[in-house]
Amino acid sequence: MQLPSSDDIIDDLAFFDDWEQRYQYIIDLGKSIPGLSEDAKTPERLVKGCQSSVWLVESYDGSKITFDVDSDAVIVQGLLALVLAAYNNQTPKDILAFDIDGYFEALDLERHITPTRGNGLRAIVGKIQELAKANA
Amino acid sequence: MSLDVAALRAQFPILSKTVDGKPLVYLDNAATTQKPQAVIDALMDFYTGTNANVHRGAHHLSDEATRRYENARSSVASFINAGAREEVIWTSGTTEAINIVANGLGQLLSEGDEVMVTELEHHANLVTWQQACRRSGATLNVVPIFDSGELDVDAFDRLLSDNTKMVAFPHVSNALGTINPIKQLTQKAKAVGAWVLVDGAQGIAHGGVDVQDIGCDFYAFSGHKLFGPTGIGCLWGKKDVLEMWPVWQVGGEMIKDVTYHEATWGALPNRLEAGTPNIAGAIGMGAAVDWFSALDVQALHAHEQQLLAYATEQAQSLEGMRIIGTAPNKVGVLSFLLDGAHPADVGFILDRQGVAIRTGDNCAQPLMKRFGIPGTARASFSIYNTLEEVDSLFAALKKAKMMLA
Repeated sequence: MQLPSSDDIIDDLAFFDDWEQRYQYIIDLGKSIPGLSEDAKTPERLVKGCQSSVWLVESYDGSKITFDVDSDAVIVQGLLALVLAAYNNQTPKDILAFDIDGYFEALDLERHITPTRGNGLRAIVGKIQELAKANA
Repeated sequence: MSLDVAALRAQFPILSKTVDGKPLVYLDNAATTQKPQAVIDALMDFYTGTNANVHRGAHHLSDEATRRYENARSSVASFINAGAREEVIWTSGTTEAINIVANGLGQLLSEGDEVMVTELEHHANLVTWQQACRRSGATLNVVPIFDSGELDVDAFDRLLSDNTKMVAFPHVSNALGTINPIKQLTQKAKAVGAWVLVDGAQGIAHGGVDVQDIGCDFYAFSGHKLFGPTGIGCLWGKKDVLEMWPVWQVGGEMIKDVTYHEATWGALPNRLEAGTPNIAGAIGMGAAVDWFSALDVQALHAHEQQLLAYATEQAQSLEGMRIIGTAPNKVGVLSFLLDGAHPADVGFILDRQGVAIRTGDNCAQPLMKRFGIPGTARASFSIYNTLEEVDSLFAALKKAKMMLA
């Protein structure tokens, strides 16, 4: 399934008036992305947080970068889907230009992307940005 | 004297906070406890009225700061029934306290020597000894536990030998809540002539620690898990052991005489306290100990056990909830898993409902591996928690179950 755009996600989440619906939406979004096969979850691809684990596989075709991600926690998987909606299938230049902190603030989810959170999300964002920088 | 929990709660300003519009239910007390007004006031008073460096003595403020700082040491010493006040060494916390001992031990060990820890260890009481063994060529033995989280005391006996130089174990397991038979273990270890360190990080806040009665050589703990500030803790050690222990950090305060090429070390406690100490922290920890000492420990203990029993009973009747750590002798720690839900997800959903718990590996990766789990969700109770808060926890858990199943 095609992920909604980051702007659509901001609109969608603003529509809900309680946190349960918001989290349900995020969980469902996480379930809509394919994830990784067990074979693909290698230690090199693991970004370990002390609360949950996240795996990232990237590929670059010379113009755009694509990502596949997976997590053992469903809300983290949903948060990863939010990240993918912003970054997946973009040029390195677009990735570097995107204001991820502003995006999470607009989603009212900034607490999940603070460097102190042990869920690996910040580390994934850092990895994607590094990759974009290397290919910019 | 019974416990007036409402009056106790009223002394903790943070407990009246709301999170996302919901009353804060703070159940992460094994990570850190909240601070009573008495501790906050002690810190404020120090910085507003008496801030100066200690032991320099050239002016009124320094004298006053030194007096308060050393009084705090006396408070801590009497709180744990130390044989002498200079047996209390200020550290930044439990981790630094264990590092001082493990670093010194590394210099005293050689190949063929053995160090013993348990499967229950927090990383602070594992990596320290593991690295001391690696540096010295000594062997690290790990005492197994049963599935309940109780220590296998027979295995402890089997692993002890004349080669055992140090035995380190937690007073209370941070991840499972197990209370270890520390006096019994200490006696066994002392019988083979080993030094004994008790990691008291999780044990100290439950009161009644008497280091002379335990008979250990070292007892390490933190201020912030005992209603005091972060960044301050204590290494207690027997005077004769501390006097011969290799020094840790060197520099100012800890020396006696210095030339450009030589130095001699000062007396206890200074010889293990290099540099300007955490003066405000020590005073805050002293205030916490004074505050705690005025409470009725029996009543606190009974209250905490009541919270644990009530929570355990509810956990057993919630389908799909599995308690990790079922030792008969436990503090108020409930580590658990919900079927089909990752602990991190449970933590997120609880957080949205104002319920603060810990999730993850509990700084005990090998222990989680031993249970074959990635981590747990952990609710840990303190003296100011209420039965209504346990109800809030389970209402929040039911919602998490519904959303995550």
